Amino acid sequence: MDDSKHISPPADQPASESRREFLHTFSLAAPLLLLGLRISAIEALAAEPDAAYNAREHYYGMGIDVSKCIGCGRCADACKNENDVPREPYYFRTWVERYVIGADGETDVDSPNGGIGGFASKIPEKEILRTFFVPKLCNQCTDPPCVQVCPVGATFATEDGVVLVDNDYCIGCRYCIQACPYGARFLDPRTHTANKCTFCYHRVVKGLLPACVEVCPTGARVFGDLRQHNSPLARFTRFNKIMTLKPHLNTKPKVFYAQLDEEVR
Amino acid sequence: MDPLQEVLRQVTGYIYPNEVELHWGLLVVVYPYLTGLVAGAFILASLVRIFDVKEVQPTYRLALLTALAYLIVAPLALLAHLGHPLRSFEIFLTPNFHSAMAMFGFVYAWYLMVVLLLEIWLDYRKDMVLWAQKETGLRRWVHRLLTLGANDISPNALRFDRRASRFITLIGIPSAFLLHGYVGFIFGSVKANPWWSSVLIPVVFLFSAIVSGIALMLLIYFLSTLLRAKPVDMPCMDKLASFLFYALVVDFSLEMLDFIHRLYEAEESIHILSQLVFSRLFLSLIILQAFLGTVVPLVLLGSVSPALRRKGILALPEELRRLLYAGAAILIQIGIFSTRWNVVIGGQLFSKSLRGLTVYKMQLMGLEGLFTSAFLLLLPILLLLLLIYILPPWPESEQHVEAPAGD
Ligand code: SF4
Ligand code: SF4
Repeated sequence: MDDSKHISPPADQPASESRREFLHTFSLAAPLLLLGLRISAIEALAAEPDAAYNAREHYYGMGIDVSKCIGCGRCADACKNENDVPREPYYFRTWVERYVIGADGETDVDSPNGGIGGFASKIPEKEILRTFFVPKLCNQCTDPPCVQVCPVGATFATEDGVVLVDNDYCIGCRYCIQACPYGARFLDPRTHTANKCTFCYHRVVKGLLPACVEVCPTGARVFGDLRQHNSPLARFTRFNKIMTLKPHLNTKPKVFYAQLDEEVR
Repeated sequence: MDPLQEVLRQVTGYIYPNEVELHWGLLVVVYPYLTGLVAGAFILASLVRIFDVKEVQPTYRLALLTALAYLIVAPLALLAHLGHPLRSFEIFLTPNFHSAMAMFGFVYAWYLMVVLLLEIWLDYRKDMVLWAQKETGLRRWVHRLLTLGANDISPNALRFDRRASRFITLIGIPSAFLLHGYVGFIFGSVKANPWWSSVLIPVVFLFSAIVSGIALMLLIYFLSTLLRAKPVDMPCMDKLASFLFYALVVDFSLEMLDFIHRLYEAEESIHILSQLVFSRLFLSLIILQAFLGTVVPLVLLGSVSPALRRKGILALPEELRRLLYAGAAILIQIGIFSTRWNVVIGGQLFSKSLRGLTVYKMQLMGLEGLFTSAFLLLLPILLLLLLIYILPPWPESEQHVEAPAGD
């Protein structure tokens, strides 16, 4: 099976160009690196309007650097604001998990209110081996089981690689929620239809970044286009060892984790 | 208090935030239970037909009508649990052919229209013609209407009926297997859920369906003869009890195979699943499904029925024997309902993070509540009564062409 396919779909740009782009970025002074991300977002604001958008030219994914996440939960909060996600603590399009692995090998995971408002520090009762935060969201699987099971085709994958739900079509059978291995879906109690992360599709097609990426203060989340060799995401997947969640299920996630711990499921 | 908040308090370990809400409730338990009864009752009727088991003949028509009554109600359970029941027709208009659930509409329609209705019609046609000749008033018109104008009861026509009906039975058996095997597939094909994901699930569903169908027919036959103050046909009861025993042995073996297989493979989910079985599912799986619903009936039927020894290992008087049969059949119904519960609800009580367990809070009121489900379990019985009234399945109501029908 061609595993490289879901990481980098056929690119039409020559490799040399991306290398040049990379060197250019690298030559910038270190503090400017973070700013660079911002600038790309601002540039995007002024980008092409909707009409010129051609889904075929894009293929989106997200990179998450686990070692950069500080568990502030701003992403989960921004997502709820941006996408009008119900405020109750059991509906999330994205959330942050805290892992505390003790010296005895026991792993303790929590995600109070999805991490919104951060994590109150706990007094450790035992020796801690390692601890870290993991942002979670819909993996926008390349082979999404949720799409496979939807009886009416209300859940579908777009050409640019985002899995969406058609609200006017969903019959609310919840089969997709059962089929998602990652707990990424919920039934919106107001519309009685399935709901999940869209990569902020409404923003992305305008060239904007997803809200969670936009607000992340440490740049732990990297959004980008896998079809473009010089996109931040393409760089992310080039310079990190990448892991995806539950790879044995063969869903081929397009959310790529760097520095992921084996305890994360 | 907010019911979801309450669930949150009883969660042990870690579950994904979106898992606090349980997605398939009691109605989705009722649904496979009902379709199982349909498949089971029909398979029993077909065996009577194909293998010409004389003893069980008195249950043939009753089993067909029972299957129809339960089949009509089964989709209501599915419909009631949808977020948008009024959009359900989209399953027919724009089905996603990759979806196991979308195939439901077609399997169901096939089974209802091509198999069950046709078989019942062919079997009753002659009687309906003759009834209509004798009767007056509404019944006459109903029967006349139901013949659909096919009034020919010449020996040739009747021979055709018999042959066609036999043919339909032959298609019917695989269709009944399909109907319930497919319901098992809806669960068995969810790779995200280690409790469901198993090739054995459709097969286990099928045999538990046969068990529940035979047990139901035994009960209905027994009760209906008592209520009609007719003598109970003991060879029929004995045969049903033996069939029930054999089916139960196969069902039990399959369940054990599944269990041992999981234990032996010991995949990463094994810890959370064993926690699940011994905490949240202890009552419904160990006590109700395995002990009361399987082991006790196995011992009862094995020792009393002629399944293992012609006179039964314990030779008991008829009255006691049939009471024990009925008792075993009731236990089996409870056991099979628990089986469905353990699959549907059990499969949602552990987190897909494999790190925690949650609870199911049953509602009483509302579309998804206890009362709706209880109503849906009762409704087939009412429907059956109506069907029996229109199409009496009793041997004495059967008409014979030879005897000149009085007008
Ligand atoms: S993570 Fe879940 S909801 Fe997202 S595409 Fe994969 S299966 Fe579908
Ligand atoms: S809940 Fe909606 S989107 Fe999900 S499988 Fe059912 S119809 Fe499809």
